[in-house]
Amino acid sequence: MTAREEILAAVRGALRDADRTEAAVPRGYRSATAPDVVELFAERVVDYRAGLTRCTTAELPGAIRAALGAARKVLVPEGFPVEIDGTAAAEAGTTAELAAFDAVVTTAALGIATTGTLVLDHGPGQGRRALSLVPDIHVCVLREDRIVPGVPQAVAALDPARPQTWISGPSATSDIELTRVEGVHGPRTLHVIVVAGPPSGRV
Amino acid sequence: MPAFPVAAREALADTQLRRNLAHATGTIRAKRAAVVGEVAEWEELRLAGAAIKDNTLRRLDEHLLTLEAALQARGATVHWARDAREACAVVAGIARDHGVDEVVKVKSMATQEIGLNEVLAEHGVTAWETDLAELIVQLGDDLPSHILVPAIHRNRAEIREIFRREMGAAGRPAPDGLTDDPAELAGAARLHLREKFLRAKMAVSGANFAVAESGTLVVVESEGNGRMCLTLPEVLVSVVGIEKVVPTWSDLDVFLQLLPRSSTGERMNPYTSAWSGVTPGDGPQEMHVVLLDNGRTRALADEVGRQALRCIRCSACLNVCPVYERTGGHAYGSVYPGPIGAILNPLLKGVGVDEQTDSLPYASSLCGACFEACPVRIDIPEVLVHLRSQVVDAHRGGAPKPEAVAMKAASWVLSDARRLGLAERGLGVANRALTRFGRRVLPGGRRALSRLPWPGSLWTDARDLPAPPRESFRSWWRKEKR
Amino acid sequence: MKVAVLVTCINDSLFPDTGKAVFRLLRRLGVDADFPEAQTCCGQPMVNTGYLDEAVPVVRAFAHAFAGYDHIVTPSGSCAGSARHQHGLVARRAGDPRLAETGPKVHELSEFLVDVLGVTDVNAYFPHRVTYHPTCHSLRMLGVGDKPLKLLRAVRGLDLVELPAAEECCGFGGTFAVKNAGTSTAMGADKARHVRDTGAEVLVAGDNSCLLHLGGLLSRQRSGVRVVHLADVLASTEEDA
Repeated sequence: MTAREEILAAVRGALRDADRTEAAVPRGYRSATAPDVVELFAERVVDYRAGLTRCTTAELPGAIRAALGAARKVLVPEGFPVEIDGTAAAEAGTTAELAAFDAVVTTAALGIATTGTLVLDHGPGQGRRALSLVPDIHVCVLREDRIVPGVPQAVAALDPARPQTWISGPSATSDIELTRVEGVHGPRTLHVIVVAGPPSGRV
Repeated sequence: MPAFPVAAREALADTQLRRNLAHATGTIRAKRAAVVGEVAEWEELRLAGAAIKDNTLRRLDEHLLTLEAALQARGATVHWARDAREACAVVAGIARDHGVDEVVKVKSMATQEIGLNEVLAEHGVTAWETDLAELIVQLGDDLPSHILVPAIHRNRAEIREIFRREMGAAGRPAPDGLTDDPAELAGAARLHLREKFLRAKMAVSGANFAVAESGTLVVVESEGNGRMCLTLPEVLVSVVGIEKVVPTWSDLDVFLQLLPRSSTGERMNPYTSAWSGVTPGDGPQEMHVVLLDNGRTRALADEVGRQALRCIRCSACLNVCPVYERTGGHAYGSVYPGPIGAILNPLLKGVGVDEQTDSLPYASSLCGACFEACPVRIDIPEVLVHLRSQVVDAHRGGAPKPEAVAMKAASWVLSDARRLGLAERGLGVANRALTRFGRRVLPGGRRALSRLPWPGSLWTDARDLPAPPRESFRSWWRKEKR
Repeated sequence: MKVAVLVTCINDSLFPDTGKAVFRLLRRLGVDADFPEAQTCCGQPMVNTGYLDEAVPVVRAFAHAFAGYDHIVTPSGSCAGSARHQHGLVARRAGDPRLAETGPKVHELSEFLVDVLGVTDVNAYFPHRVTYHPTCHSLRMLGVGDKPLKLLRAVRGLDLVELPAAEECCGFGGTFAVKNAGTSTAMGADKARHVRDTGAEVLVAGDNSCLLHLGGLLSRQRSGVRVVHLADVLASTEEDA
């Protein structure tokens, strides 16, 4: 017998006397909600010691510029709705080339209020996964109306066929004495810009 | 590996270790309590988590086939491995096919369980652990002592010493003047590992969840080392225990709430990666998934014990366990320490085979703190008691141990009130003899014994024992009431 | 209402005063309880050490002794937990469901007083500085919650001080105390330290097994702290003082 056949046979043998009918799963948690999701999202993002700016569409270019600070080499994925001068729209490029960038600016698919989480599904404006990983600064622009109350609403809205990266604050570790410390391999600076209208403009 | 009580002795005598553990588990307990307290529907989530996992286990064969088909449809190659040897051989074979001599690894319990790094080394392939705690363990030539934080037994000063001493031989040395500030230590790890991430051709991961319906694997992490491994190399191999499967994507809405709050005590871990096979132009273009049994079907066959396969490896049970807090993880002699290890190891390996495994179900005072903390409601005390009976039953028929003789005698005495009455009369006689030797007097005036011969010494080595009373309750009742 | 007291084997043989206190207390509250003389033990020492075959005759004796009572009261969270949650296991082993029939009727003392009798003030007098250790099985197997504390707060003269890390196990754990004696005493030493830190004269708990362990440690440390069962406190009156 192959390993596959043998494992499946062992599973069936183990379950010989088991009842295969499925028990009901309580799903009341799916209706849990939050009063002011944008406010809560902003509060939770700050809790993780990520940077946060709330602005209007008109203020967005200035907010991006401010969030980028002294970063010189800035990556902007294809489809990012704001034009940023003097930056590289790098979809291609080797990992080593990516490592030469100071910062990356992306949008996100959605935000989760109760956990302060950004979810990237790497569609237009977000780039492939490596882009928002290798540079040390990540500026992420999220529309207010993309913020959902909790994890259940996020899971329901996301398509598992797309790769996803859920981001809650900057890279961190709790490996030393179980105390959270920011800054290991992912971007050590995360700046979230919550914009009240559709993002557009030119930086 | 010695049995638990012997192995625990060393840890109990190590005051630095005891301090490190008490500090770390105390910190994480407080954090967990705070973020669990925020979720009004927490108990319902626990029930939902347990129900989903139970439903999945009941039809595990069907879900595994669905998972296999979905992964293949998304361009991944699926391998099945009956045991550790087979699983390691698959990974080593893929490394050989690509001619690599090193792989980067995401922290994974399954690959530790199968001893993958050692096998890869035999094949001339170096496996670099990239999780900070795993790096500390690997560089220190140490063993992991916790599921989530394998270096929990080390404090910051010890970590600095390991980095200064060992990093140079493994690649980029620690920066000069490295202090024991945790942020600086994390920075040193960042520099040391970055060159490995940038040149690695092949990565090895586990998975926290495998969604059958969509063929999605999920890795939950903090540092970004997981993201590095899962996206930068060309080839990715994921070793996944067969119990990691969940039926649908939407089931994750329970587990992605339960896991981070239970493990690191955060509302959400910094990074979660989810991917379904190969995505053209993004991430590894060659993917392999190794579905691992290695004792899981044995555990599944145990009607009481199979609930242990619900485990999502959060380690909340370790953090609340008063035994773990005193002994640390090494005493359990397995990559799965603590309360979950005390049941999982015997379930995966079987009892009555070696003394060490048989000692694990007894490494608990049955206080129940683990069950209370478990996000998927594994009744660990129930399984411990169940496994203890399996251990005892496995040894029936051979030469009885002193304990078995004592239990038989106790059973004989305690199954008949007259026999118990006679035994108590014996204690009354002993009272008159012993109170003469019992030099110590307890607060309140009762005599106590401080030094008894074996096996009484197991008690009196550290504790006084009140001298038996002159008269049992039963005897008093007869005189007074009848 | 037919009420029996499960004195428990440890109280019967080592702490008879606790058994007497339960009867004194119940009589004061107008409950005429029996001591079924056929009673021995709940079987927990065997069950928790893995000796299910050996537990069967003990649990059979238990079921026999307590058949026909409406309520069974016991000054032990651990024995109540064993009767309620483990007799089913033993019954399955024996293939005899009747062995599990009496278990559900067992109440730990504070449960019986608060839930069945509906009293929290039992007219007790105990003029001492006291700290209370909630034992694991009463807390987590039975879920007695703050019932013992409610009873203690109503005791006249009693000065109740909070025990730090109260809900952490004392390390007794039945045969764990000798099979893993080192770990058991390490746990107990921390608990004893917390007890000493409160400055209490008396440590109270609902299980004499845990108090046997903690009292033994506190005595070895010459702490001067006395261990007293909840029943003994609740049975105390002005006349005793």
